[in-house]
Amino acid sequence: MTSILDVKNVSKSYGGVAANTDISLSVKKGAITGLIGPNGSGKTTLFNSIVGYHPIDSGSICFEGLEISKMPVQKIARLGLLRTFQQTRIYGQMNGIDNMLISLPHRKMRFVDAFGRNGSEEHERAESLLEFVGLYEKRFLRAGSLSFGQQKLLEFAMALMNEPTGLLLDEPTAGINPTLINGLIDRLRRANEEFGITLFVIEHNMRVIMNMAEHIYCLAHGQLLAEGTPSEIQNDQRVIDAYLGAH
Amino acid sequence: MSKKFYLYSALIAFIIVAPFAFPDFKTQLATVWLMIIVALTWDMTGGQMGYNSLGNITFYGTGMYVAAVVAIALVYDVGEYNNAFGGGIYVFTNQQYFLGLILGTVAAGLFCSLIAVVIGFITFGLRGPYFAIGTLGVAIAAGELVSNWDWVGGGQGIALPVFPGDYDVGKVMFYFLFAGTGVILFVFAKWLYSTRFGAAINAIRDDEEKAEAMGIHTLQYKLAAWAIAAFFVGVAGAISAFQLIHFEPLETAYQTINLGIFMVVCVLLGGAGTLWGPVVGAILFHVFKEVTWNYLLGWQWVALGALIVVTVVYFQGGVVGWVMDKYPQWFGLSRVAEDVSEDEQS
Repeated sequence: MTSILDVKNVSKSYGGVAANTDISLSVKKGAITGLIGPNGSGKTTLFNSIVGYHPIDSGSICFEGLEISKMPVQKIARLGLLRTFQQTRIYGQMNGIDNMLISLPHRKMRFVDAFGRNGSEEHERAESLLEFVGLYEKRFLRAGSLSFGQQKLLEFAMALMNEPTGLLLDEPTAGINPTLINGLIDRLRRANEEFGITLFVIEHNMRVIMNMAEHIYCLAHGQLLAEGTPSEIQNDQRVIDAYLGAH
Repeated sequence: MSKKFYLYSALIAFIIVAPFAFPDFKTQLATVWLMIIVALTWDMTGGQMGYNSLGNITFYGTGMYVAAVVAIALVYDVGEYNNAFGGGIYVFTNQQYFLGLILGTVAAGLFCSLIAVVIGFITFGLRGPYFAIGTLGVAIAAGELVSNWDWVGGGQGIALPVFPGDYDVGKVMFYFLFAGTGVILFVFAKWLYSTRFGAAINAIRDDEEKAEAMGIHTLQYKLAAWAIAAFFVGVAGAISAFQLIHFEPLETAYQTINLGIFMVVCVLLGGAGTLWGPVVGAILFHVFKEVTWNYLLGWQWVALGALIVVTVVYFQGGVVGWVMDKYPQWFGLSRVAEDVSEDEQS
């Protein structure tokens, strides 16, 4: 399998703090890839760099062979590379259905299409995806009134509505009820298998990431510490030390 | 026929009959429509998109000047016409007057849309209060620039020809020009907010960063929304120019502290982000303003300030927002309320 996302020698620092130093990794097309590391190891910074949230200091980032490190956020999103936020972001004043409908892929829309209305086809898709994440009953509630976990699921459904080719998930299970986590793992897998979306996931929950990902990268102190299959990572002494605080 | 059909028919009938039923209030009614137009357009960016502009008055003033210049240029040399020491007498035939009115109004709308795109391209990089102050700066600068430009009359402004015909007929005509523009704007806004465009600008209001991350062409939508608003404000300014006959730059055209603030107060009073809020707010505000200006003279600005404070502190959703909160079932929102109560029970 070929890679969909190639990160080469990417560095990013905030003033004197080197958040990412010389990071290289690649995400395989159609697979689920994991990104782990202790708090403050630079995972979210790397995500932000990839989706164009801030400029990188050096290195290159390619999505489907196209250099995206200098593109703005919207343009990258319209290429089909989407991210969800660690601190969930949804449109609080709108209800669930409207949140879904506004997430229709704008890359497939011309400007004049904005002056049309959404048909029954779009409504059905929105409802079926809300059903898929288990929010169908809550679809007419103001999204801002949903619980944090539900907002997280809504954000995931919105991302699916956008039909991305690659999706970066920043801690999808954080704040979600432990009994729902199994359901969420199942849904992430199905999104990957049924919709063919490549997933790149930041996760702190080791049970989740070890079950899901076929390849895992581990960051520590802004540097790439280790990579490999889940079992390789689990048995890597450096990874264990990083998590337990030894140096 | 539905209840809505009767309601809208009754409203249209009232709008048509009003200037004849209340003949002493023709100009007042026309001004109410002006307030409705500037409030509805302000809400397009302020309420629906979350960009609180204090500079929409720029389009009102620019609309006035563009309309006047076009109307004059059709017949005379603009610089000579506006020359303070010229002393010439300029006559407009009926045909020249109405051609100038029509072409001037259309040109004013289009030109204002264009400058909204240009100004927006620069100012839409600003967020929140910075956008408000930035656009206010644009309005003040525009007024000062125009007041120092002799070609358009400088500080003394422009005097336009008087309506050719009966004075009262003129008043009725200006009422219907404002009312017609207002009705078209209302219907247009109602349709616009039901499209994907409406959803997109609401998304920008709720979380612009998220909208960007989802690939929405945010700048394009912001510019389009402002250009639409500017078009209608420009048209309203053009009609005002002909209605007022004479206008000058700082107090009439680019009147930042009057109409420029009134439009914001109208929207806050009626309810930002709703279709009817600006309309209700504009009517209430104009009545309040005229009553205090007549019966509380000397204290009118204090009363106005008190109204703003009370609205902002106690009725943040405005009148319409408050009613929606109290009687959600009137707005088809009951389903939401039921769902909430079920949720609380479980």
